[in-house]
Amino acid sequence: MTLEEVRLAAADNLWSAIAPELILASLALVLLVLEMVLPKRHHGLIPDIASAGILGTLLGLFLNWHPVTLGTETFSGLLQHSVTGQVMRAFFLLAALFTCLLARITLARQPMPRVEFYHVLLVVTAAMMLLVQANHFLMLFVALETLTIGLYILVSYLRTTTASLEAGLKYLVMGALSSGLLLFGIVLLYGVTGNPALPLHSGNAMHYEELGLFLTGNPDNFLASLGIVLVLAGVAFKIGAFPFQVWVPDVYQGAPTPVTAFLAVASKGAGFAVLLALCGPQGPFTPYAWLVMPILTAMAGATILFGNIAALTQHNVKRLIGLSGVAHAGFLLLGVVAAAGSPMAVGAVYFYLFAYLLASFAVFGVMAHVAGTDDAGQELDHYAGLSRQSPFLATVLAVGLGSLAGIPPLAGFMGKLFVFIAAFQAGARWLLLIAAAGVVVSIYYYFGWIKAAFFDAWTPPAETTAPAKPAGTPVGWVAGLSLGTLALASIVLGFYQGPLGQWLMLW
Amino acid sequence: MSELPFDPLLVAIVTPLALALLIALGLPKRWSVRLAYVAFGVPLLLALHTWWHFSAVEQADGYAFLRTYDTGLTGLGISLKLGLNGISMPLFLMAAIVGLAAGLYAIQSGAERLKIYLMLLLIMQGGLLGVFASVDVFFFYFFHELALIPTFIMVGIWGGRDRNYAAMKLTIYLTIGAMISLVGLIALYVKSGAGSFDLIVLKRHLAANPLEVTWQNNIFGLLIFGFGVLVSLWPFHTWAPLGYGAAPSSAAMLHAGVLKKFGLYGLIQVALPLLPAGLGHWAHPLAWLAVIGNVLIVGLVTMAQRDLKQMIGYSSVMHMGYAFLGIAAGSAVGIGGVVLMMVAHGLSVALLFLLATSVHHRTHTFAMDEMGGLALRAPVLAALFVAGTFASIGLPGFANFWGELAIFVALWSFSPVITVLAIAGVVISAIYGLRAAARVFFGQPTDHFNEVATRHPPADLRWAERIPALLLLAALFGIGLWPKSLSEPINEALAPAPQIARQSR
Repeated sequence: MTLEEVRLAAADNLWSAIAPELILASLALVLLVLEMVLPKRHHGLIPDIASAGILGTLLGLFLNWHPVTLGTETFSGLLQHSVTGQVMRAFFLLAALFTCLLARITLARQPMPRVEFYHVLLVVTAAMMLLVQANHFLMLFVALETLTIGLYILVSYLRTTTASLEAGLKYLVMGALSSGLLLFGIVLLYGVTGNPALPLHSGNAMHYEELGLFLTGNPDNFLASLGIVLVLAGVAFKIGAFPFQVWVPDVYQGAPTPVTAFLAVASKGAGFAVLLALCGPQGPFTPYAWLVMPILTAMAGATILFGNIAALTQHNVKRLIGLSGVAHAGFLLLGVVAAAGSPMAVGAVYFYLFAYLLASFAVFGVMAHVAGTDDAGQELDHYAGLSRQSPFLATVLAVGLGSLAGIPPLAGFMGKLFVFIAAFQAGARWLLLIAAAGVVVSIYYYFGWIKAAFFDAWTPPAETTAPAKPAGTPVGWVAGLSLGTLALASIVLGFYQGPLGQWLMLW
Repeated sequence: MSELPFDPLLVAIVTPLALALLIALGLPKRWSVRLAYVAFGVPLLLALHTWWHFSAVEQADGYAFLRTYDTGLTGLGISLKLGLNGISMPLFLMAAIVGLAAGLYAIQSGAERLKIYLMLLLIMQGGLLGVFASVDVFFFYFFHELALIPTFIMVGIWGGRDRNYAAMKLTIYLTIGAMISLVGLIALYVKSGAGSFDLIVLKRHLAANPLEVTWQNNIFGLLIFGFGVLVSLWPFHTWAPLGYGAAPSSAAMLHAGVLKKFGLYGLIQVALPLLPAGLGHWAHPLAWLAVIGNVLIVGLVTMAQRDLKQMIGYSSVMHMGYAFLGIAAGSAVGIGGVVLMMVAHGLSVALLFLLATSVHHRTHTFAMDEMGGLALRAPVLAALFVAGTFASIGLPGFANFWGELAIFVALWSFSPVITVLAIAGVVISAIYGLRAAARVFFGQPTDHFNEVATRHPPADLRWAERIPALLLLAALFGIGLWPKSLSEPINEALAPAPQIARQSR
């Protein structure tokens, strides 16, 4: 390749188009430099700098909400910039911001270096932001691997505790398997699309549009079907959908609480953004709807049932929220299924994700405060009497759980409502009934948690000792403000959806 | 002075919610209590205003006081549309009366953590008023849930025996009901093709292009069972006596009195006019379930109760059977009777729950076997309780009489057999009602009662307890003597219903 060709290929490398990602990545490097340069007593500043950097990037994103690149492809078609891409960028930045907040609370109790955590978190966030804008399997895989490898580190971050290491190992094995499946699927699709013997074959076979064209021309190719199934399986691992959900409870329990939150929210969001890009209305897999839709439908129903039923018996709150996260993945899959027949489904999924973000971080924020040094052993019993000790935390918890359960007037209810309406429009009626049943089941365990925090349980007689409760962390003003904002946002978004609905093109 | 410078419905809904927000933000207790009088009182004044001027104000599409507010969901055809028609106005008024009574009773109850208790009651009250003032089906559902959530929490925190179990059961049953009806409402929204949750738009659209009959039947079925669970249709009623038995009195008053009417109201206001063919399909199964299950079986179960509060809970399940029968009968007379009965039952059951708690304060038990002779010590309480029991049985002179009468009249032309069975139920309710009054207040004082009475000599009702009770009784009596004040608007609202039904056939 001559220099001239390279220059031509790089002609549409618009670096300004990925400025937010670049800022995050350089900030990550700056943090490492700061650790070396700053005297040790000032190391406490580093999390603040990371949070401030994320907040700044978020503000910058809002200020330049309609960049010139919107609606175009850059980097030779590797990336495509759209409004939903902007929304998801904001989604990941918010998730990273709140994860930083949780990390300040949780990591303070652990004998661990702290800087690397923020470093890795920033890199992973940047990778997620690229992932949702990917328009090419190469970009998809590189971004996905960057974030997955970062998450391996984060999951096993508490390297002195066995639970975290075990979680890290499980996540590594499962993650590697899913990456392998995904890669195999991509390779199959690439190979078959590049086959010159087939009509509409393409030299740029990893590009979504070219792939879509090829699949339209070959609507029943066996290798392509196999590739699609494998890609779906790989993505299903990431979102924790049945039957690829086995890793979820252990990893969620063992990972440090902020990482659990990040996994639950950001990683799931990324998975669904990819799924929508591939199987959504304009996605390359649309011609294979005959194959994709039955798989997704079965997956959605099974995921909803499995997640909710398995969560019923949990006493460890991290496992509980992990399994309830599986159930939420099922509800979101319902939205993806509906995307084939309902114009509002895609927006509904994104709205659901936002409501999930607000509610989940509210709940995780409370968990981070209630937990003691044993990060993996957070039990429902620890919440007894929370409403007397800290009415504020109890209220935030109730709002968060209520929103997760989908109780009006909270944002989670609107998310479920939108998804349900979309599902009905798309004719997925049986799935809708399963989902409705799932909501009822979910009430049981969410309400059980609220009950543990609010209602006075039967106290054992004086001679038996009461179960030891961890000391917990008092609520600082930053954390208090953030949690209050999260809870309030869940309420306000339930009453008034305002511009979010328009951005997401709900109507 | 029929024109207020503000929207009376919005102000009535927002006032309690605003105070609840203030309390949540840390209003001191003294002010919380003082303002609670205002926040429970203002809606009643406004409701009385709407009732008084109802026929005088301009009506659009049968609705008075119609206003629309944009909440950012207009793209989906959802907007906060408030208004009252002849069906919702009486219920709105009833919600305001019961709300004030429950609020007053709560204030004097001196409950632990009174501020939070009042806050939850205020949220509930705001939601209840919203349910009956909403013309938009989405907000109708939304306000119902808003009112429902505090119930669970109040049962769980301030409840009596078995409160944890009761709270859980209540939550799960009512969520099932709510989810089924939500699916039904979504189906209605999507299938109608009107692209709107606005009841007026839906009505107009469906009158012009009615749904296929199978869809009408299916959606109607979803609504019947969804709403049915919420209204304790037999055999989905077991949450009700348990929940009411455990609930603190004010929550039981608001839930049994007002919130439970949501399901019936939904059937009357949404299901019947929009899905006229559905009723024909479901009327007979519904009527048989109601008469055998709710009226006779639950009636007999009520007779066997020994716990005063549980008995009232079961009796309210039984009375819901009459409401379902009226709906099944389907004629304007029957539906009108149901609306009137909903108002009357709301007032009378709230009165009975209130008095039952007052009885408990004096006897320290709900077990009727351990009571007796309270009338000597508390004659006013006894008199009020007997009056409340008469109202609940449906004695002439009380509002309940007119409702039940109209239902029976309508039911006769629907099915004489069912009517006979239903009237047998009235005898049952007379037996358990009067027997309860006799056991609690008359006869010989039991040992338990004597023991309690020596330790805490029972006094008669204090004025703080009397006022809410008298308020409810006065309303019952007022409607009983002057039913026309409510039945006229009800009839007007129901008059066009048969026309819609005919067009759609």
